[in-house]
Amino acid sequence: MHRIIIIGGGPGGTITANHLAEHLADDIRRGDVAVELITDKPEQVYKPGFLYLAFGLESPERIRRPVRELVSPYVDVRIERVVKVDTDQRQVLVEGGKSRPFDQLVIASGTRLEPSATPGLAEAGDWFYDEKAAQKLHDKLEALEQGRIVVSVVGVPHMCPVAPLEVTFMLDQWLEQRGRRDKVELAYTYPINRTHSIASLAEWATPELQKRNVQIETFFNAESVDVERKVLQSMEGTELPFDILIAIPEHRSAAFLEESGLTEAGWVPTDRETLAVKGQDGIWALGDTTNLPVSKAGSVAHYQSAALSKNVAARAHGHGPVARYDGKTICFIEAGLDKGTFIEFNYARPPQVQPPTKMIHWAKLAYNNAYWLTAKGAL
Amino acid sequence: MAEAVKQEIDARGSACPGPLMELIRGIKASSVGDAVAVLSSDPGSNKDIPDWVDKIGYELVSNEDHGEYHRFVVRKTK
Ligand SMILES: Cc1cc2nc3c(=O)[nH]c(=O)nc-3n(C[C@H](O)[C@H](O)[C@H](O)COP(=O)(O)OP(=O)(O)OC[C@H]3O[C@@H](n4cnc5c(N)ncnc54)[C@H](O)[C@@H]3O)c2cc1C
Repeated sequence: MHRIIIIGGGPGGTITANHLAEHLADDIRRGDVAVELITDKPEQVYKPGFLYLAFGLESPERIRRPVRELVSPYVDVRIERVVKVDTDQRQVLVEGGKSRPFDQLVIASGTRLEPSATPGLAEAGDWFYDEKAAQKLHDKLEALEQGRIVVSVVGVPHMCPVAPLEVTFMLDQWLEQRGRRDKVELAYTYPINRTHSIASLAEWATPELQKRNVQIETFFNAESVDVERKVLQSMEGTELPFDILIAIPEHRSAAFLEESGLTEAGWVPTDRETLAVKGQDGIWALGDTTNLPVSKAGSVAHYQSAALSKNVAARAHGHGPVARYDGKTICFIEAGLDKGTFIEFNYARPPQVQPPTKMIHWAKLAYNNAYWLTAKGAL
Repeated sequence: MAEAVKQEIDARGSACPGPLMELIRGIKASSVGDAVAVLSSDPGSNKDIPDWVDKIGYELVSNEDHGEYHRFVVRKTK
């Protein structure tokens, strides 16, 4: 029996599980292969929904599904917390002391937020990168009649590199609709010398932010928050006062990976094409947990899972890697509450921004629902 | 290696987050005195990376032209 374990019940884990169930259906039926998905929560939560939760435009019930409903019956789902991977004994250790042996392992455990890595941020800041925080932010936004909101990219790298721009554009229109835009100042900070790391996106976004009267602070690497004075401070020596600070906190890969010696500078060192974990045999990684220079986006996990699952299936049959990930990424971008655009690119082809349209905004909203078909492997 | 690079990041073909953001990631994970190398095939990096290093006050140890890509080495000095 060839045992394959997948750690993580997010998009990367569930889509890979379903691809493997398809590629290895005959082997699983014969009992030659077993695919097991281990995840610490019974539900998958659709993280792009948090952006809308922060504005009261989405509900918590609509953005979650039980993991067992998302994966093929050929996959055994275990709701357990992984505490360590023993690469020598080739087994996964879970909370409660049990061990799960594997022949191949797929790491899809995503990232965790670490606001406490920035002094003062956990006490005085807000964010929309997890469910509870997005709901708390929504309450604060509803209550703010006047003042100053600062949107700041603190953590690098972070999930969904376009979300900080999206939240700023949405804030502008949301405040406008409530008749409060002239009483609330907006500021946006970014660590490098322009408003986004993609030059063509920054060229589009900068005049859009200026048009909306958003103060722009580039070369702003946030270092700490003065809780008493409600001021955000940068490594470059700039200070920004705020009433609400919407920060993108620091991210880290799951703690058990570090314990297991599977990280390098905090992330899982992964081959950019085969998605094999470097220095390991029969261990693979995809999605947000890798050290690859690609966006931490669900679309990346989706495209990576196609190549990775073929390579895992090939190895189960005694072959080397047969498929390569080419860096493909697609990101929809909200340009307000009723217009959107998107970018598509890979390792060889840089992105080009299309002019925003209502159609693309509706396509993004439609995909937010259709995503569950992707998770099931049907789309 | 003369500059004792602690970490080398291959950001060739990285459109998003891009080589400079990858460099910042590497620098954040390293200690004062460490050098981080980043490989970039983006022509914009020739300006972006030295500009950022200058602004933040770190040291650009080298910028080698390898034709298809550049290799930048940056030391975290504080
Ligand atoms: C506000 C926001 C907006 C976004 N918008 C977009 C967008 O528009 N488009 C887009 O493509 N992407 C978007 N993203 C990014 C996208 O959500 C992530 O890239 C995606 O979820 C990554 O999938 P993953 O499977 O790698 O990790 P995750 O989704 O983080 O899943 C990791 C899984 O591992 C489990 N796990 C973690 N630790 C353990 C453990 N010790 N034991 C067992 N299980 C464990 C977790 O419970 C989880 O099920 C957005 C993200 C945010 C926060």
